[in-house]
Amino acid sequence: MIWYFRQLAAGLACLLALPAFAQQAEAPIQALLVEYGDIIAKSSRKTIGPAIDALANSGLPQAQTVLERWQAKEMWRNKETGLFVFAEEVDRDTLRIFDFNDEGEIGIAPDDDFKQLKPNSGIRGMIGAALVQFQLIDPDPELRATALDAIERDPEESHLTALRATAQGEGNPVLAARKERLERLLTIRFGETDDERIAAIRSFEGDLGVDARATLNPLVATSVVVSATPLGGAEIKRIIEPGSEALPRSDAYALLVDAEMAPPLVSREDKRVALVANIEDGQVAGIEVAALGTEAARDMAYAALAATGKVEPVAEETEIEKTLQTFLFYERYTGASPAVALAAADVLSGIETKVAWNQMADLGLDALSLASIYFLAAIGLAITFGVMGVINMAHGEFIMMGAYTGYVVQLFVTDYTLSILIALPLAFAVTFSAGVAMERLVIRWLYHRPLETLLATFGISIALQQIAKNIFGTQARPLTAPGWLDGSLVFNDIVSISYIRIAIFVLALLFLALFLFVMNRTRLGLEVRAVTQNPRMAASMGINPDKINMLTFGFGSGIAGIAGVAIGLYAKVTSEMGADYIVQAFMTVVVGGVGNIWGTLLGASLVGTLQKGIEWLNPSNTLAAQTYMILFIILFIQFRPRGIIALKGRAAEA
Amino acid sequence: MSALLEVSGVSVSFDGFKAINNLSFQIGRAELRAVIGPNGAGKTTFMDIITGKTKPDEGRVLWGEKSQSLLAMSESRIAQAGVGRKFQRPTVFEDQSVAENLMLALKKSRNPFSVLRFRASERDRARVEDLATEIGLSGALERKAGELSHGQKQWLEIGMLLAQDPKLLLVDEPAAGMTPAEREHTTDLLVEAAKTRAVVVVEHDMEFVRRLNCRVTVLHEGSVLAEGSIDHVTSDEKVIEVYLGR
Amino acid sequence: MSELSAGAFRRKPLVVQYPSLLIFLGLLALFTLGVTVLSEGFGIGVISTSFVKTLGKTLCLCLVALAMDLVWGYCGILSLGHMAFFGIGGYAIGMWLMYARTELIVIESLAGQALPPTAQEISDGIATQIFGVVGASEFPPIWAFAHSLPLQLAAVVLVPALLALVFGWLAFRSRVTGVYLSILTQAMTLALSLYLFQNDSGLRGNNGLSGLQNLPGLGDVPQSVVSVWFLWASALALGLGYLACVAIVSGKFGSVIRAIRDDEARVRFLGYPVEAYKLFIFTFTAILAGIAGALYYPQAGIVNPAEIAPIASIYLAVWVAIGGRGRLYGAVIGAAFVSLLSTWFTGGQAPDVNLGFATIQWVDWWTVLLGLSFVAVTLFAPKGIGGLFDLIAAKRSPDRHGADLGPDPGALREKEANE
Repeated sequence: MIWYFRQLAAGLACLLALPAFAQQAEAPIQALLVEYGDIIAKSSRKTIGPAIDALANSGLPQAQTVLERWQAKEMWRNKETGLFVFAEEVDRDTLRIFDFNDEGEIGIAPDDDFKQLKPNSGIRGMIGAALVQFQLIDPDPELRATALDAIERDPEESHLTALRATAQGEGNPVLAARKERLERLLTIRFGETDDERIAAIRSFEGDLGVDARATLNPLVATSVVVSATPLGGAEIKRIIEPGSEALPRSDAYALLVDAEMAPPLVSREDKRVALVANIEDGQVAGIEVAALGTEAARDMAYAALAATGKVEPVAEETEIEKTLQTFLFYERYTGASPAVALAAADVLSGIETKVAWNQMADLGLDALSLASIYFLAAIGLAITFGVMGVINMAHGEFIMMGAYTGYVVQLFVTDYTLSILIALPLAFAVTFSAGVAMERLVIRWLYHRPLETLLATFGISIALQQIAKNIFGTQARPLTAPGWLDGSLVFNDIVSISYIRIAIFVLALLFLALFLFVMNRTRLGLEVRAVTQNPRMAASMGINPDKINMLTFGFGSGIAGIAGVAIGLYAKVTSEMGADYIVQAFMTVVVGGVGNIWGTLLGASLVGTLQKGIEWLNPSNTLAAQTYMILFIILFIQFRPRGIIALKGRAAEA
Repeated sequence: MSALLEVSGVSVSFDGFKAINNLSFQIGRAELRAVIGPNGAGKTTFMDIITGKTKPDEGRVLWGEKSQSLLAMSESRIAQAGVGRKFQRPTVFEDQSVAENLMLALKKSRNPFSVLRFRASERDRARVEDLATEIGLSGALERKAGELSHGQKQWLEIGMLLAQDPKLLLVDEPAAGMTPAEREHTTDLLVEAAKTRAVVVVEHDMEFVRRLNCRVTVLHEGSVLAEGSIDHVTSDEKVIEVYLGR
Repeated sequence: MSELSAGAFRRKPLVVQYPSLLIFLGLLALFTLGVTVLSEGFGIGVISTSFVKTLGKTLCLCLVALAMDLVWGYCGILSLGHMAFFGIGGYAIGMWLMYARTELIVIESLAGQALPPTAQEISDGIATQIFGVVGASEFPPIWAFAHSLPLQLAAVVLVPALLALVFGWLAFRSRVTGVYLSILTQAMTLALSLYLFQNDSGLRGNNGLSGLQNLPGLGDVPQSVVSVWFLWASALALGLGYLACVAIVSGKFGSVIRAIRDDEARVRFLGYPVEAYKLFIFTFTAILAGIAGALYYPQAGIVNPAEIAPIASIYLAVWVAIGGRGRLYGAVIGAAFVSLLSTWFTGGQAPDVNLGFATIQWVDWWTVLLGLSFVAVTLFAPKGIGGLFDLIAAKRSPDRHGADLGPDPGALREKEANE
């Protein structure tokens, strides 16, 4: 019964659907599909090409829908009429079918009447490539951009045609530029003639894009070939000598062995194994095993074995040399035809020079930002050391205190912009008070005993560090920058600088200005300078040197606190972060010269540039960079014991 | 008479300030000379140049029979060559005994390795005791220099200078902080010393200079203003102007 | 210190001149004998082997503190780099210890093979064993003499001496003094430790050299015995070092270096080549530190770049300051006192202090206590523990209000106050 009803229902559905089957069979798209109907139905990768091309190049507005549906396995063919539709499955047996021409619903039909077209992945890829040209002219610019991304990721020859076809009509200038550039890149890779490719290569002269270099580099790839007779021809780049840096002798010989032009070498290990295999009665080829404790003895035994034919003879050192001399080694272009390779090599070398300059500029920016960090870390030290002659070994811990202040503020204030705005003055306040307390309790009693000040402040330093460790633990704490400081200012693919670094640089400039203002334009600055130059004279003029010293020390410490917030944004907050910066800060002050803010600035620039420069020369090893920098500074002190800007005469001895 | 020390055309400036300006000066082998001048005349810098502490920007400083240049020599080499200096403020080694201070100054090899092997001989000890007697500290040999009075420290420093047995003695304000009797003793000592060596005394106190009874060089703004006997220079118009103001 | 004053003037035997020398040597001998009798290896076993090692190490620390006192307390050079020399001594002897012991192991493992091993195979085997951790299998040139005990022993002395000589010559020649010099020596230590932290430094990067407690060829001798041997060696080195230091500071040389400490320029005007004296002391103390390190690290078992970090040298200064600088026994007392106390606190043996609201665990808070007590010593007891002996002996130098032994203007101010 049930079966019967079902048949009936199906029959009814057919009957109901039938009138709508007056499908637009004469529509051009349908005609095209029908024309290639059998090829499409066959769905073979080998033969499908013309069908896809015909669809893609038909210029019909519906072609894109067809290709998309086809690719998504949603295209069905009516078994009876041979017409194509796309359909959604209503349930297991029924389909809701649509016409390609106007995408209008035709009706509901049982799936038995239709055959689903299931292109395999190879064909889907071909369809996808064909689709790109439609996506490239899609009205939605985002889709067009996605299509370009797809091409950039995985370019194919067919994209080139698509790009060329659509480049003209692009209305969006950004996308137009991208299309144009991509077209040239693809021409380099897939261009039909060398001239075309070379022209495209030339168009990238001096281009800094990573994509340009990535496209050009494979073109200049070479491989080493070996030949007994001289080789000529444009694809030969150069002759290389075995034993040179480009081709070590062992590699050259290995090439010969691979080409079966020379006998293989027998390694020490193989020799030993061969000897062991030939031990007879405690002897190898008549030599006692016990005597085989030297390489010379083993060579002799092996030679004796070879003479009896038990092992392969071995290539001797002199023979290797002779063999190598009988062959010529060439480097040959393998990435492209010689003309293209030469053009690429030429353009690449131009690009590389430009890249080097830009890297220098980028390095300069890096050095600048490192210098600003050192300057921030050192400026407080320069004040206490330079102005008061007090070495504050706990300065690094003041930096740490500032950074932890920022961290604690962020625990309570979750808005990062607001929290930083609160943290900066608060860090100043905290470290200012700590500085004043330290000056009152310790430093004051130790004026004019610099070595003891150094040691006492060091005691404070280790105590503060351990206290921080006990309170906050040993793991690094985050200090998150506000969102508007994320990202970088990008000049080109090589030169860029993050906004945080710019902010630190600006902060450093602000501090320089603040310092100059306080020292040169305020009463406090005047009194500080007076106390620095002649404390007793200043005292007799009614300046209280005690108070001035206290304020100066507090000011220096407060700046360390703010530097701590800045450094915390850029690096992690740990109890040891102060110690990481203190040596460089000292170097900055020492190199710059004591008692002069410009000296500190120069010192920071020098130390920062130097560190970045050495890191650039030896990028794999930042430890070595620091080592060499310190050695340089030790040598620098030889020539300018009092720093770049040194005081002379009586003032220097005060 | 060939000069022991010849300074000619020496200039030095600190950050643009000319402390010494084209100064020339000569002193013979056994001569007492007083150098006077107002504050900032360059007296101390002048001594700094001779002893090698400050290197002049230009000029020559020649020493001894062979006319050696002192400019290329370090402070310690100059001192070894025979230039002794007494500072304005008494600088003795306060943490060490009077005997040790004198023994340090005694004319002996200054090489670290010979100093390491050094053991004081009877003669050395006798010399130290003689010197102590001469400067009135024979009873205080074992006392720490830091316990001495200001005047005694001055004496000790003079004693150390004598122990060095220099060919040229540079003395900066020797009489400062001394009682009149001590001053007299100092004068005698300097005059006596000048019989066998050159002595340059820098002094403010005109009375003291008069008592030395020697040639006087007046410095002003880094160069020699006048030179001659005390009576000659005190009657010089320019000197009076500099000292008394216009 | 007044016991020194007569030295330059009236010649007497060293011991009479410097009575504390005899007391010190006597106490040291007594201590060594006592520990031996109480040790597990040679005596009744009251003191554990690990504690014997701690005591032996402490003696080495006393020796390097002695060196520090000579260079800082007597010559006024606050070197923050002497632990670098100490570490170099440890590395120098460690290279031989590690090489020789690995060689024995490699030879043993190769003995089972059909052919007798060649020299190259042995060397490759050792290199793979030693440098496997840093991914290398070849000997760096720096190990050229590692096979030879005499040469490495020579390196214990020569390498620190050479480094001190070159560094000192550069620094003193350009008249770097005071805090500048301290920072420069600290930079030197930092550079060295950063260099050693690299894996391609040839000294196993941050792994350092390990297994140094095992003496090659003496695998059968238990550590309880070896530890006592090292205690004897350390005590002997400390005794001889003390003797040498006393000999230096008691004579005219000592007088010169103390004079340099107090007023360098004045000494120069007396005709002494100040730089040469400083260089001598700097180099000599570097050698002492190297020897101390060479004895210390076989007892510690491992030497790595962290041992050379600047902080170690600062702790050295802390010991000397707490013990009392400018007197040799002060340095020894300071090093022994602070390092043993530190072992006690950080070893978790010290009882926790319950404050009601919180518990002070000394493992965490000991460093804080040390830092603050160091500040307190600097402020209130610049003469350190050694100053107590002056009180007992009622020997008081003129009251200088704690100012000063260093070569700085403080001393001058003091004089003016007395005028």
